[in-house]
Amino acid sequence: MTAKQDTQSLGAKAPLAAGFRDPVHDAQACFRAVMNAMARPGSRQPVGAPDLTPPAPLTPVAAALALTLLDYDTPLWLDKPLMASGAVKAFLRFHTGAPIVSEPVEAAFALVSSPGQMVPLAGFNQGSAEYPDSSATVILLGQDFQAAQTVTLSGPGIENSTVFSTGPLPPVFWEQAVANSRQFPRGIDLIFAGSSDIAALPRSTRILPTEA
Amino acid sequence: MTDTARIQDSIHEQDEYNFAYLDEQTKRMIRRAILKGIAIPGYQVPFASREMPMPYGWGTGGVQVTAAILGRNDCLKMIDQGSDDTTNAVSLRGFFEKTAGVRTTCETAEATIIQTRHRIPEKPLTGEQILVFQVPIPEPLRFLEPRETETRKMHALEDYGLMHVKLYEDIARNGHIATTYAYPVKVNDRYVMDPSPTPKFDNPKIDRMAALQLYGAGREKRIYAIPPHTKVRSLDFEDYPFEIQQFDKPCGLCGADNVYLDEVILDDEGGRMFVCSDSDYCEERRAQGHLGPMAADPAAARIGTKEPA
Repeated sequence: MTAKQDTQSLGAKAPLAAGFRDPVHDAQACFRAVMNAMARPGSRQPVGAPDLTPPAPLTPVAAALALTLLDYDTPLWLDKPLMASGAVKAFLRFHTGAPIVSEPVEAAFALVSSPGQMVPLAGFNQGSAEYPDSSATVILLGQDFQAAQTVTLSGPGIENSTVFSTGPLPPVFWEQAVANSRQFPRGIDLIFAGSSDIAALPRSTRILPTEA
Repeated sequence: MTDTARIQDSIHEQDEYNFAYLDEQTKRMIRRAILKGIAIPGYQVPFASREMPMPYGWGTGGVQVTAAILGRNDCLKMIDQGSDDTTNAVSLRGFFEKTAGVRTTCETAEATIIQTRHRIPEKPLTGEQILVFQVPIPEPLRFLEPRETETRKMHALEDYGLMHVKLYEDIARNGHIATTYAYPVKVNDRYVMDPSPTPKFDNPKIDRMAALQLYGAGREKRIYAIPPHTKVRSLDFEDYPFEIQQFDKPCGLCGADNVYLDEVILDDEGGRMFVCSDSDYCEERRAQGHLGPMAADPAAARIGTKEPA
């Protein structure tokens, strides 16, 4: 689908959804939630996004993260359902200006709206040994932190250890996440976006799957 | 009126900077660097440091980090060598009062963000606080290996032998490790990091600190971080373990032991006293009634007053 068709398909049906009502302070509040989440892996941080009404399947919390973190400097990869929505792409293009790329490995940020079917974590940019910071940050949408499968996390940002659960995720996800953290300092960082809060899993966290 | 003058007038009428001075794109860029810094504890993330309305060396890195994380409800404390009322602290506090209009404080416990130049407050920090360091030279290996391409490779390969050789040479020459500030640490058993020129007295506080630590180097364009509760080990040898400075006397004003002391020259006849470097800690203790051996000394009372000859 070309950009021209995107705009046409939007047409008179749906006007472009608004961004942050207060771009400076809303973005700051959202960033602090992300920073606290990243500094305390597995902890849940509230993200208020009451004003945002992004086109589905983009969720308000994920839209807030996008508006906070993305701009013309950050190539963005979208998973299939998001990529298929012209309205989502128009929303992200207009508000963030982030170039949307078709290959996961080219992206600085990735939005995954159906994590159950997500591509392997190894498909994203892992950074290099000399510049591990160039790796991707992957944002998983629609997470429910009450999910059945739990893991135990330890490492930087965690006093002793903490129990974390989230879903939906593909069955192989935690295996991939363990492999991701083993290659520290390379590796991707994950942000789990729920309906009103977020959690994060940086590459530095050691993951111990809990036997169900 | 010329066009230029009109434009200048209209800019002046707006009377405001963007919140916390930086534009939003710059903040996003810094915020992304901070997130990567937190995800890779101790690794120096390059960032597009901006020119700030203050010279390099005044804390342009710390100021940019603070500006990127600061919110309306934050309460900011600025310290320079532990003190709230030295030039650097006063001017940077004024900078954020003017550009962000946030509440500022001198009390360590009240602050949500503490920006510091070369000290860590004596009072233990909590998980709700963030400590921002101003860093001059972020690369611990820079004086051993001037080439960035090489130091980057050394970090990538975890090749820190050179640093141990330097500490060994210290011992060979002086009989002990003579590094007293900017004492190198290893973060999370991986990256060797410069904790900025804080005295090594403060190194144990960095280890498993409850607060998030962010380090900003403006001229060198690097940001790095230590998440809360992260293991931070000061480099040493089994037979020459890491030691902090010891002071044989307590603080002259508040009588505190086990704090970092500054020397204050009292006169030109060799009179001197040692007082807490952390001015807020010292004042709080004196308010609680603690009294040091020099507190009532007439020489101490003369500080700041002109003595008739």
